[in-house]
Amino acid sequence: MKIIKAAVAGTLESSDIRIMLCPREEHGIEIELDSVVKAQFGPAIEHTVKQALAEFDIQDAFVQLQDKGALDCVIKARMQCAICRACEITYDWTKEDAQNEQ
Amino acid sequence: MSNNHLKRTSLYVGGSSPSKMLDARFYHEDCIVYDLEDAVAATDKDAARFLIYQAVRCHRPPNKYVLIRVNGIYSDFIAEDLQAAVRARPDAIRLPKVERACEVQQIDAAITAIEAAAGIPLGQTELWCNIESPLGATNAKEIATASPRVVAMALGAEDYTASMGAQRSKAGWEIFYGRMQVLEACRLAGISAQDAVFSDINDAEGLQEDLKMTRGLGFDGKTVVHPRQIDLVNAAFTPTTKEIRNAMKVMEALQEGARNNTGVVVVDGSMVDKPMEIRAKTILAQAKAAGIETGEWLK
Repeated sequence: MKIIKAAVAGTLESSDIRIMLCPREEHGIEIELDSVVKAQFGPAIEHTVKQALAEFDIQDAFVQLQDKGALDCVIKARMQCAICRACEITYDWTKEDAQNEQ
Repeated sequence: MSNNHLKRTSLYVGGSSPSKMLDARFYHEDCIVYDLEDAVAATDKDAARFLIYQAVRCHRPPNKYVLIRVNGIYSDFIAEDLQAAVRARPDAIRLPKVERACEVQQIDAAITAIEAAAGIPLGQTELWCNIESPLGATNAKEIATASPRVVAMALGAEDYTASMGAQRSKAGWEIFYGRMQVLEACRLAGISAQDAVFSDINDAEGLQEDLKMTRGLGFDGKTVVHPRQIDLVNAAFTPTTKEIRNAMKVMEALQEGARNNTGVVVVDGSMVDKPMEIRAKTILAQAKAAGIETGEWLK
């Protein structure tokens, strides 16, 4: 799937994460992470982000993350939202059925 | 979650704020309502859907009855709200501004289709209907029995008052008839009756007065919009020690009467009739649900 436009999801409130997703032509995934817990959870946050991109088959993207201590499920929710906005798609909720079966 | 789960308090939590959603897990409300409707801006509905879905699937609050309030039946958001909300597997969907039984049946059919597609046992998702207009209140009896999924109804006082052209007051006389229509319909259908929000979160005394009326009328619980209202509402809908003792006395007397084949049973000078027995059983059931030891009287 291709990112069509820059999109933002999330806020800078505590326990949230603000994600900006931008198009990037054939240069792979680049993640810029700003987080107070980067030393401890940076790799885990990046893993969740990459996993969300992979679920939508996104190969090229610039992802800017401003994390305020978001839980994994919040990061996933914000990523799903940012991707749908950036790709201008409506989420196919039946995808969750397949994941829940696993 | 059991159908008999306590429903004294249901706390609305906006679906836009992760911190509020996380905090709500630690309060004492019996029911938590993740809100996709009024608490979420039209431009943020998509984000709230994802957030609520992930929160309920991954961090479901233990020992709480979980609801998701979707947007109105005639809104542009309802179809996708249901897709996300049913798949999140809450105990119930809270449906705002219900006015007709056919609306409930329409939503029931949509939920059934999603449950089937998602591999969720059919009929598992319960429904709470918010009655927020004179038409809804007039049709409350039909709405309450429109689907076996409907397990509770609640009066939405602000919208109800606005559509009646009335002024909202602390005494609440402008919603008295609406309250009674909802309550009566719930009792006829055998479902939980939930009272309207008391909006002034800084007026504990006013809330106490409101609760006296609500509990006296026979409601089972109340919706709250702020955590500071929870303990007061829980206390109001939990039977007192005196009420529990009286109820146990009634049940003991009835048991004794049955053993001795006594036709008439008397407690404290009053004859125990069927309504007294029902009231005693209700009090003991409420006490038991609140974790209070009541003995074996409910068997």
